[in-house]
Amino acid sequence: MFYLLSTVILVFSVMTITTPKVLRSAVYLLFVLIATAGLYFLLNYEFLAAVQITLYAGGIVVLIIFSILLTSHISHKLARPAPWKLWSAAISLIVGIPLVLWIILNHTFQQSANEVPVDMKLIGTQLLGTGKNGYVLPFELISILLLASMIVAIVIAKKDKEDKQHN
Amino acid sequence: MADYSYTLLIILIPFFVFLLLGLFGNRWKPMVSGWIGTTGLGVAFILSLITAYQYFFAGAGEAYSKIVPYDFVWLSFTDTLQIHMGILLDPISVMMLVVVTTISLMSHWFSLGYMKGEVGFERYYSFLSLFTFSMLGLVVAPDLFQMFIFYELVGASSFLLIGFYYQKPSAVAAAKKAFIVTRFADFGFLVGILILAYFTNTYDFATLTKPGTTIFANAAGITFMGASAISWAMGLIFVGAAGKSAMFPFHIWLPDAMEGPTPVSALIHAATMVVAGVFTVARLFPVYYFQTPDVLILVGYVGGFTSLFAAVIAITQHDIKRVLAFSTLSQIGYMMVGLGVSHYGGEEGLGYMASMFHLFTHAMFKALLFLGAGSIIHAVHSNMMQDMGGLRKYMPVTHITFLVAALAISGIPPFSGFFSKDEILAAAFQTNKLLFYTEYITAGLTSFYIFRLYFNIFWGKDRKYEHTPHESPMVMKIPLIFLALAAAFVGFLPFHELVTSDMKPFETVTHWNLVIASVSIGVLGIGFAWFLFKKENSKPAAIAQWFGGLYTITYHKFYIDEIYLFVTKKILFNLVSRPIAWFDRHIIDGFMVGVGTVTVKTSDKIKGFQSGNLQQYAFAFVAGALIIVLSLLYYIG
Amino acid sequence: MIQGISIYHFLIVSSLMFFIGIAGFIIRQNLITILLSIELILNSVAINFLVFNRYLYPDQLQGHFFSLFIIGVAAAEASVAIALIINIYRRIHGINTDDVNEMKH
Repeated sequence: MFYLLSTVILVFSVMTITTPKVLRSAVYLLFVLIATAGLYFLLNYEFLAAVQITLYAGGIVVLIIFSILLTSHISHKLARPAPWKLWSAAISLIVGIPLVLWIILNHTFQQSANEVPVDMKLIGTQLLGTGKNGYVLPFELISILLLASMIVAIVIAKKDKEDKQHN
Repeated sequence: MADYSYTLLIILIPFFVFLLLGLFGNRWKPMVSGWIGTTGLGVAFILSLITAYQYFFAGAGEAYSKIVPYDFVWLSFTDTLQIHMGILLDPISVMMLVVVTTISLMSHWFSLGYMKGEVGFERYYSFLSLFTFSMLGLVVAPDLFQMFIFYELVGASSFLLIGFYYQKPSAVAAAKKAFIVTRFADFGFLVGILILAYFTNTYDFATLTKPGTTIFANAAGITFMGASAISWAMGLIFVGAAGKSAMFPFHIWLPDAMEGPTPVSALIHAATMVVAGVFTVARLFPVYYFQTPDVLILVGYVGGFTSLFAAVIAITQHDIKRVLAFSTLSQIGYMMVGLGVSHYGGEEGLGYMASMFHLFTHAMFKALLFLGAGSIIHAVHSNMMQDMGGLRKYMPVTHITFLVAALAISGIPPFSGFFSKDEILAAAFQTNKLLFYTEYITAGLTSFYIFRLYFNIFWGKDRKYEHTPHESPMVMKIPLIFLALAAAFVGFLPFHELVTSDMKPFETVTHWNLVIASVSIGVLGIGFAWFLFKKENSKPAAIAQWFGGLYTITYHKFYIDEIYLFVTKKILFNLVSRPIAWFDRHIIDGFMVGVGTVTVKTSDKIKGFQSGNLQQYAFAFVAGALIIVLSLLYYIG
Repeated sequence: MIQGISIYHFLIVSSLMFFIGIAGFIIRQNLITILLSIELILNSVAINFLVFNRYLYPDQLQGHFFSLFIIGVAAAEASVAIALIINIYRRIHGINTDDVNEMKH
């Protein structure tokens, strides 16, 4: 199962960044995200998998697809990237991947064998807890961040009158 | 113990009036603001009288105790070093409550007529209330720090009032001068109380002024430049007091402060703010007397010198308000002398009592003189003595009240000034002969210059006026009459039973020889003035001629202002500020400009790297991260 | 802990995914596809967090919460980015990165 999901992830990741059509690339990303959610299931993090599917796959990708539809035509094909970009990407990959893999494979992890099931109640109490292992502060932070970004998004995307006259 | 909780209202009412007028004053008709201010102060005045009655006369106790109706810790540094905010009632603060509210009420009332139709009428009243609030807060302060806070508030509100005619450059300059000079002196005050608190670990007056206290033991043996630490502290506190009281050499702000409206001069520069310094010294009198008698002697000499010096200048001035300003200086000098020659307790503490007594009577008659002057200025539209003369026919009420005040300040019995001044002279006679003779001469000069003023205004040449001077309206006459009655009769108050250094009443002995001597020199001064100024003649000019250069020097106030200007402009600005400015302009600025230029040039050169292309940046970022990882691996691994 | 699959398997997958994201970021022309690449990168990091959490410290939940917060931040970032993209599109009628270089001066 893991190998199947990994293959899906890698193949569709590559296709996401190579397909010339923007809309398709978004759809491929959707597959990648769903496969990632599958990995979460494998790791027994059901809640996070559900969040991944609903929020990422359901929310963000839909948002992106909407914006694609707003800004370009479906049939529109992207031009081939400039050579210097290909070169620099190739350099990053050729240097980066072996480096990281080498580091990872050379490191011995102290694996822990005990298996603790993660239940929803634990997640809930820890997320809103203030004591040890409590995450209420980052939780509040992220809620403020979300609010701020929502307002920012509205302000930026709003058409103001001056722009209307220009366009 | 009797209930004094209402005393808080005395302080708070002016404050709320200030807020009310400051915030909403411009929405009402000006007169409404005026009446609100006056009514508020009237209530405070009545409450102060009740307090005084309850404190002095209702209790049958022998010695007056210190009563603290309100007290809370505002800031606590250690167990003993705390800043309190509260109210302390003892004889001098109760007396000051009465003085401040009385004079303030009279000024408020008088201003209803005097300031009528002025632009910013409600602003004027809100400032007056603010000033009254600060002054009341000062006199009831239970510790040094509250006193200091209100010292500053008093300075700030007097700045606002002096600069009330802020369109006039001279008024603005005077306001700035007053503020800067007193602020400078207040700095001394602050340093003084910090030193004091450092050694004694307390700000509290009750702890500090307890006779025989041991809290000063910490400072024993610590000296700096030949004087002990406590001497320095008390000396610096006296500097603050001298600044507020316009003692020499801080006196320069007071004559200029006459640019403010005349009722303000009556309130601030005659009765309240300028005696704040005297009050401070009196408040700390036991500390001065027991710990630092050397500073107390200094207080006496500064007071004596200022009183003589100011009286001499007052003789030559032509602006009636300036005459009164210098007269104020002179009288405050008297009070300082009274404190300086005093001992602690009983009959020996005569000077202290006399000083407070003089403070009280002086507030009444000097406020009356100022309000009278205001009434005259209101009628003649000029400050200058040359523009006046023969006014007694036109302004009978002003004339009579002014005469009462003039007799009071000259020390003619039975008017109030006689009693207080005579006691100061008696105290000085017992302790310090030099100060006694100084004050004795000053007494003669005082009666001379004040009657010079009187004769020049109300007698002298009969002149034609462009528009006939008229007596002031009723609203201005009532305060004049009230104060005239006060100036005439407060001398009969048994002060030696009420306000004494150790808060125990004592019996005074009348020294008849001194009484006769002081009255005779007063009469002599009056007679001389009568001889010179009763009718217009050439005698004063001849005498001025005869004194020649001396007259000119005196007329220019001994060039003290010029000396200050010389010191600040020529010495400070040229020798200190110029080089610093040059250094700033050429070295510091040059350096900054150089840095800026180099940055601009460098950025011009490297701007080419900034293509604005996102992906180039991304690649640079990734490459940088990879390089860092690689180098870390290389060095660590 | 999955039988037969070690932590290395997961890490290899996630790091490959990370570099694919980087490559996409560098080569793509369209701002929206760049955004997609960023999502890939974020996702790979989230996987890493979870894997470390599961394999190394299964009795705690730090990695889990970090992934959760990453998803939240990604949502915020996507919304702002899309708003910006739409605004840019209105101004210059195109969202190619080569056109968006007016800030260089």
